[in-house]
Amino acid sequence: MNELTPKRTAKDFATDQEVRWCPGCGDYAILRAVQKTLADIDAEPENTVFVSGIGCAARFPYYVETYGFHTIHGRAPAFATGIKLANPELDVWVVGGDGDMLSIGGNHLMHVIRRNVDVQILLFNNEIYGLTKGQASPTSRAGTRSPSTPMGSVDSPVSACGYALGSGARFVARGVDTQQKYLPTILKRAYEHRGASFIEILQNCIVYNDGVFDDITAKPVAADRQVLCEHGKPLVFGANSDKGLRLDPDTLLIEVIEVGEDGPEAAGVLVHNETNHVIAAMLAAMDDDHLPVAVGVIYCNPGDSYGDGVAAMKAAAHKKSDGISLDELMHQGHTWTVD
Amino acid sequence: MTKIDHVLDASPDVSTREELESAVVRFAGDSGDGMQLTGGQFTQATALAGNDLATFPDFPAEIRAPVGTTFGVSSFQINFGANRIMTSGDDFDVLIAMNPAALKVEMSRLKKGGLLIVDTGTFNDRNLAKAGFEVNPLEDGTVDGFNVVALDVSGMTQEAVKEFDVSKKEALRCKNMWALGFVYWLFGRARKTTQDWLQVKFASKPDIASANIAALNAGHAMAETAEMPNGIHGFHIAAAEISPGLYRTVTGAEALAWGLAKGAELADLDMLFASYPITPASPLLHLLAKMQHLGITTFQAEDEIAAVCAAIGGSYAGSLGVTSSSGPGIALKGEAIGLGLVTELPLIIVNSQRGGPSTGLPTKTEQSDLYQAVYGRNGDSPLVVLSTRSASDCFEVGIEAVRLATKYMTPVMLLTDGYIANAAEPWKIPDLKGYEPFPVKFHKDPEGFHPFLRDDKTLARVWAKPGTPDLLHRIGGIERSYDTGHISYDADNHQKMTDVRRDKINGIANDIPAQTVELGPTSGRICVVGWGSTYGPINRAVDDLLKMGKDVAHIHLRHIWPMPANLGELLAGYEYVLVPEMNDGQLITVLRAEYLIDAHGLNKVSGQPFKIAEIEDAILAVLEG
Repeated sequence: MNELTPKRTAKDFATDQEVRWCPGCGDYAILRAVQKTLADIDAEPENTVFVSGIGCAARFPYYVETYGFHTIHGRAPAFATGIKLANPELDVWVVGGDGDMLSIGGNHLMHVIRRNVDVQILLFNNEIYGLTKGQASPTSRAGTRSPSTPMGSVDSPVSACGYALGSGARFVARGVDTQQKYLPTILKRAYEHRGASFIEILQNCIVYNDGVFDDITAKPVAADRQVLCEHGKPLVFGANSDKGLRLDPDTLLIEVIEVGEDGPEAAGVLVHNETNHVIAAMLAAMDDDHLPVAVGVIYCNPGDSYGDGVAAMKAAAHKKSDGISLDELMHQGHTWTVD
Repeated sequence: MTKIDHVLDASPDVSTREELESAVVRFAGDSGDGMQLTGGQFTQATALAGNDLATFPDFPAEIRAPVGTTFGVSSFQINFGANRIMTSGDDFDVLIAMNPAALKVEMSRLKKGGLLIVDTGTFNDRNLAKAGFEVNPLEDGTVDGFNVVALDVSGMTQEAVKEFDVSKKEALRCKNMWALGFVYWLFGRARKTTQDWLQVKFASKPDIASANIAALNAGHAMAETAEMPNGIHGFHIAAAEISPGLYRTVTGAEALAWGLAKGAELADLDMLFASYPITPASPLLHLLAKMQHLGITTFQAEDEIAAVCAAIGGSYAGSLGVTSSSGPGIALKGEAIGLGLVTELPLIIVNSQRGGPSTGLPTKTEQSDLYQAVYGRNGDSPLVVLSTRSASDCFEVGIEAVRLATKYMTPVMLLTDGYIANAAEPWKIPDLKGYEPFPVKFHKDPEGFHPFLRDDKTLARVWAKPGTPDLLHRIGGIERSYDTGHISYDADNHQKMTDVRRDKINGIANDIPAQTVELGPTSGRICVVGWGSTYGPINRAVDDLLKMGKDVAHIHLRHIWPMPANLGELLAGYEYVLVPEMNDGQLITVLRAEYLIDAHGLNKVSGQPFKIAEIEDAILAVLEG
């Protein structure tokens, strides 16, 4: 019967609820990309669950025609872990913002990643608290002026991808809300990855932090300020693909070089190997003016998922228990009869 | 290596022993002296001898406090007798003090004329100084009021085990078994179960096993044959009249683990038990972790909040979510419990209460989280609160918690405490076939579906789990529309949803047993109302006073919220309501608020259970006052 069922479209993954983000919010674009991805992968709506914490991004589940659980601030990864433990067959997506996942929920993000729970984690990073009206967030750049930091913030920001890698992530990617063509590609890769898949999506908050990524994403600068990481391909960028990344053999740091006429290989440009953790950490960390920002799949190195481990542990428990029932368990040890 | 044959004890000659109704024995020593194991063995042997009993393990929060100090003293108390035993006992008849610190900490509660057994081998200058004795208390008259048996237990243990290949340290570690053997003889206990247990425990170290058994036998022989001072002799306590059946000893943690497992089975659900280590709640996690072949998954979360959130996630996905902690951890779970409450998912939160507030007294018992359970969340947030009165009661309460959580789609707070969780008592193993199943029916019908469709009678919402076709929906912590289940900020709707959440929980009062009177008349002069682990001392105190012809009754609550429908009327039938609690007065506030009665408190927060005498005195003061 399956072949007779018409394949769903992105629209089939839209709910009847009015979307209540601010007009022009980057979340709309991400929602479109996710709905398209769900159609592309032929997701089964009844076996798909979107779980979120609190914040603008966390309203996401209300707009996706699947199962959804809008939980409490920062804790979505813990709920998602419980859902997967109860029913490993469900496809679970976790959605949250930078405050939700890296501030109040930073602990849970670390643990869902290091356990390698088989979920997709979408972190919408707009470098600001939106729903509470514009306070500095843990990803806000130093000096950010906000209602809570009128003199400019004094905290150093955390790198979302760096945090994920440091927590033991086996899949780390970065995308941009407006890249409608490429974002579904990353989301599909995340879906296919078995284990925790972490995707940072740079997202513009039009009200409280408008244009914060313009230096990376604006059309005139985008080609020079972003490098797309594709496994097996040289890390080149620039409007004419004329620049590349090279590992300086003396400092063991990444540097930008001109590709030159003989091509990237001759120039010694790094070929992206998404299984290389050391290079991935360097790519994820690139955020100053001299180096482009890495987008695409920065690291992917699959291993056993948490679900695999739990299943093996339970199988071992069954074997060890020798099928003892609760009744038998209650009769184990010393018992005595009173006549 | 010499093989030690088991010594089978002949039945003790009762005629030469002093007949006792009951006795309280307290083993006290250093944290490393194995007092809890010793007490556990004595409990086992006493149960097998047919006495009724209750125990009280009392140990420090530190894993290995500095050796020889007063704060490193670990004790185990057992009360056993020929009659029904309701508490672990007040003052002791026998104290075994393995070092000066143990004597220092415990001797004030040894009865005048009580039997004091001390290991003089540890009474050296260094240990005396550590315990804060300037002069040896065995020599300066300090222990004059007691019947003292001062023996070099350390030395005699070393002598007894010298033929085995054990180090001096290992030899000295057998001294608890020497002392146990001595006490076994005093009370005519059989050694076989302990000998068997040692063989199994040290199966891979036969010399250690043999040394321990030799020490046990040497202590026993010493008591039997030695000329003891002050005419000390053996005791006999007749077997208690106990209802026929198959028995075992059980701790509250064990009975609760099994009760929750049985409840999940009756509900036809798998269980997701998510918890974070905390004293004294961790034994429940340890026990359930070993039961994962029975449809149980245990998850040690990264923190208390993650634990409750994972449990709620498990319930959302169609399992029975259970989390467990103690007061400080429950505080952290509060926000998530509120989410479980408004999304109306089944959830069980076990609170093994301990002394509070804040870190408080982690290993000491208290029942001061009743306010937290009943009121401790933001917003108007009613849920079900149950309490357990004893170790064996945990089994039934565990089942009741699952029944109410699933039938009413609500979080249930289950209050137990550190004393119940760790104390052992004899338990008649129930017939598991005798329980009526209450299988959950997941919603499947798409016709007119929304997630907050309610049962007209129970007001419980439908449980539709992910994976079910055509029931796609979204739920969350924002207020939902009564009519559609979608987000709603409508003022009238919030009133309606608040009302229905309240009415649902209040309605449970009609689905729980009517409150009964444990002892005494159903109306009259005084009613003593208790909850939780004060059951034993209250019951025994009221029993004693009833025998003296006093007009007093005992009511004990299992259902803290909602309370049984008839409770108000019942309490109104007494002139005076006394509420003993191991807190500063919490149930009493709820009783006053609900029933406008002039209840009076009897409160104690010393980290120790009530003594029977304390409750008797309070009742007598009212009667005579």
